[in-house]
Amino acid sequence: MSETVLKTENLTKIFMVRGKKAFAAVDHVSFQLKKGETLGIIGESGCGKSTLAKLLCRLQEPTEGTVELCGQDITKARGAELCSAYRHIQMVFQDPVSSFDPRKTLGDGIGESLRNTGKSRREAELRVRELLKQCGLPGEFAGRYPHEVSGGQCQRAAIARALAVEPEVLICDESTSALDVTVQKKIMELLGRLRVDTGISCIFICHNLALVQDFCDRLLVMYQGKIIEEGTPDEVIFCPKEAYTQMLVDSVLG
Amino acid sequence: MCELLTFQNVSVAFHKNTVVHQVNFSLKPGESLGIVGESGSGKSTILKAAMGILENGGRVTEGQILFQGRNLCEMKEKELRTIRGAGISMIFQDAGASLSPIRTIGEQIHESMSAHQKISRQEAFQKAMGLFEKLHFQNGERVWNSYPFELSGGMNQRVGIVLAMLMEPPLLLADEPTSALDVAVQKQVVQEMKRLREEFGTAEILVTHDIGVVRAMADRILVLKEGRVVEYGAAEKVLTEPEASYTKELLAAVPRLRRNPG
Repeated sequence: MSETVLKTENLTKIFMVRGKKAFAAVDHVSFQLKKGETLGIIGESGCGKSTLAKLLCRLQEPTEGTVELCGQDITKARGAELCSAYRHIQMVFQDPVSSFDPRKTLGDGIGESLRNTGKSRREAELRVRELLKQCGLPGEFAGRYPHEVSGGQCQRAAIARALAVEPEVLICDESTSALDVTVQKKIMELLGRLRVDTGISCIFICHNLALVQDFCDRLLVMYQGKIIEEGTPDEVIFCPKEAYTQMLVDSVLG
Repeated sequence: MCELLTFQNVSVAFHKNTVVHQVNFSLKPGESLGIVGESGSGKSTILKAAMGILENGGRVTEGQILFQGRNLCEMKEKELRTIRGAGISMIFQDAGASLSPIRTIGEQIHESMSAHQKISRQEAFQKAMGLFEKLHFQNGERVWNSYPFELSGGMNQRVGIVLAMLMEPPLLLADEPTSALDVAVQKQVVQEMKRLREEFGTAEILVTHDIGVVRAMADRILVLKEGRVVEYGAAEKVLTEPEASYTKELLAAVPRLRRNPG
């Protein structure tokens, strides 16, 4: 249970804009994610949450620091090495429709990683149907295009795609923010169930405090690229140590 | 003359495809109505119908929309233009995008005021500063000289509110005014809209999927599902003792923050 699957040390991303001061979007962030744990990252927009998510998946190059995935340093991984890292880490984005290729079916999108890992077309197709069912969609959705399904259905397909390679770590970057509350609830139930079934570790990036409260084991509060507070949801929400966290909690309406 | 806006049996259709079915509600001056529902339920269409800005061949096919006793559906475009801005104005979800990116906020404020009256740039500036001040807006002058992209999303949204309130219209329509904002800024915008009601007695229709915002602002709530009114009543009652099963389902889906019991 206490095995560490993902670890960062002093992870930093500095954006250089000509004529402007260098901007540290992520500033010396260090944390560990244990096996089976769900770690929530909260903060306002612009605080560096999404940049951090991209650094973890190597969608952006860090300026400094390291990312260690299942005991392997992937900070400098390239080519085949990076490809194999993606068998362990997958991401679900905020806007499901734009995360799929509009000219390809959902089945193509979900099956791509399977075929890349050496499965035959037939095997991949069967697995895609299985994955869709696991995520609460009928198998025939494999033949649909992203614009033919609703946002919630598309997000289910995106989760199926992320789970296809049976990764150890799932990164959800505002995965339910664009959805209606009723759909959001169903997606959260799905994620909760998958977490139990597969024992997957999860990084859950979200600006909705009420949503992370019951879903995460531990929370990180980010402000201006730094982690300013860490603790269980109850510790962070009931007795925040930092004034910024207190302000976040006070701002929640209702 | 006590009703400001009345929807009588209003249906709206896009190319024979009816999306809003026989909606009834009314609004008194200074009252605030929250319209909630999922995406695609017709919330925004209702606002657009009231404003007379239905796009893509959308038409009011049945019923009437009365504003201060006059039927908006029978008005000519020219008449409607005198009502938009001065009688009814609107704030959009993405205020930044509803502003012109190549002109300063000041120019745009001046333009929208001169559509209704002869006014010099200086007078418009004074008026806007007064409004900025009433809304506790700091460094209004910097905002006046800024382009939309130089301001944050929250700032742009507040500029949108100022723009909508310039003519002090008796009715303000807000389409998801806080959905694109951070929680902290969201609270500010909600407070600002409440201040408008205290300051100017503006009636508001607030369309949102965020129950928290409605809870904080609305006197009455209308729940919409697939273009039909599912429930309509006092906010307190709808939120605490909902009658329709859909309202119950909607309320149950909203995650609520548990706070420190002590």
